[in-house]
Amino acid sequence: MDFEAIVTNLPLYFEGLVTTVHLVVLSLVLGILLAVPVGLLASSKSVAANFLPKVYIYFFRGTPLIVQMYIIYYGAGQFEPLRESIFWPIFKEAYSCALIAFALNSAAYTAEILRGAIIATPYGEIEAARASGMSKWLVMRRIVLPSSFRRALPAYGNEVIFMLHGSALAGVITIIDLFGAARIVNSRHFVPFESFITAGVFYLILTFAIIWIFKRVEFRWHAHLRQRSS
Amino acid sequence: MHEFLTESLSGVLGGYLYPFILEGMLLTVQLAVFSLFIALVLGFLGATAKLSSNKIARLVAGVYTTLIRGVPDIVLMFIIFFGGQLLVNVIGDKLGLEYIEISEFTAGVTTIGFIFGAYMSETFRGAILAVPRGEIEAGYAYGMTSLQVFRRITFPACVRHAIPGFGNNWLVLAKTTALVSVIGLEDMVFRATQAGGSLRQPFTFYFVVAILYLVITAVSDGGLRRLEKRYSAGVRRA
Repeated sequence: MDFEAIVTNLPLYFEGLVTTVHLVVLSLVLGILLAVPVGLLASSKSVAANFLPKVYIYFFRGTPLIVQMYIIYYGAGQFEPLRESIFWPIFKEAYSCALIAFALNSAAYTAEILRGAIIATPYGEIEAARASGMSKWLVMRRIVLPSSFRRALPAYGNEVIFMLHGSALAGVITIIDLFGAARIVNSRHFVPFESFITAGVFYLILTFAIIWIFKRVEFRWHAHLRQRSS
Repeated sequence: MHEFLTESLSGVLGGYLYPFILEGMLLTVQLAVFSLFIALVLGFLGATAKLSSNKIARLVAGVYTTLIRGVPDIVLMFIIFFGGQLLVNVIGDKLGLEYIEISEFTAGVTTIGFIFGAYMSETFRGAILAVPRGEIEAGYAYGMTSLQVFRRITFPACVRHAIPGFGNNWLVLAKTTALVSVIGLEDMVFRATQAGGSLRQPFTFYFVVAILYLVITAVSDGGLRRLEKRYSAGVRRA
């Protein structure tokens, strides 16, 4: 084992770390923004409302993330009108393509988690709100969504870790994230073990950080479920 | 069958769908099935180690599942694919053996099996814990050995609890095989890149491959549902 090349390239790893965190946070934020309406529609009883969201969720959960990323990054160029449109700068860049793919993927998984949580809302809570004279939307905003977010939290923690791990695919399409940095170090110095293990350690630390954060948030949000100390 | 396929699919997608892409699909399925086999063996060993009274076994299994589940699949794949070859070279040198080359297929199967062994360990551990303690005790009370208890009581009873988790793991595993295209294995993603490049239709080919993954998912779903039904015999659903 020779970690000299790793030490001299640490700045590159940190640059990759910043890109990874950036990419994951942005994908998650965009993912949630899209997931809330999609999850709501998918949980609707009306087929007209839930059909398209369900197809969207089924497609993105049933196909590999790397294929989704390739479809957007390599596939977009197939369409002449798109290449001549004002959107081309977005589809030309590896970074924005990875971001779109990750956000769409994360939105599908998150929407499915939300859908499950919304369906599981105890019906008594909704009846009570209706009986208090709340309108449909008010019930949604005050009762269904807040309690669904609570129920969705543990599963969403897993989704965040899944997204962190999925983001390593960005390194495949030339983006210098943590995995991309490891690939560069390996190709410069031919130290496959050391370079990829270093990236692995970074990912491991990020994973533990996410687990810790979710433990803290769950401690607060699930305060009502905690056993009372006597 | 072969003639029928050749004739009816000959013109589809510039002749690339069959045999080129569908052969890649066969490799994808082979890879997934072989990996699943390794994952099941490792998962069984991991679960046994996690539940054993031996401290070292518990520690090793704990480190294995934590490390694997904390690092992205593709990073693990590169560590095992590149690093594993170096390791084999070093060991081969010391033992005075000839150069042994790890094929991409072996590397892919080993890596994916190794990764999903960790997930399977967790699934099996949960399933074994879900078997009512009293049933196991009753087995011992009849004078069965621990192996007999496992074979006759714990195993058949825990399969039912393991199926949902096993099914999820299998579906994720099948999709993870797409990563082997990055290390040069000619699965359907790799072939879609080639065909899409030569016809200048990358979108079309990646989209077709995405649909083929959905086919794998749908077929697996059907099979898993039947399996679940079979092993839930004797359990009443509300």
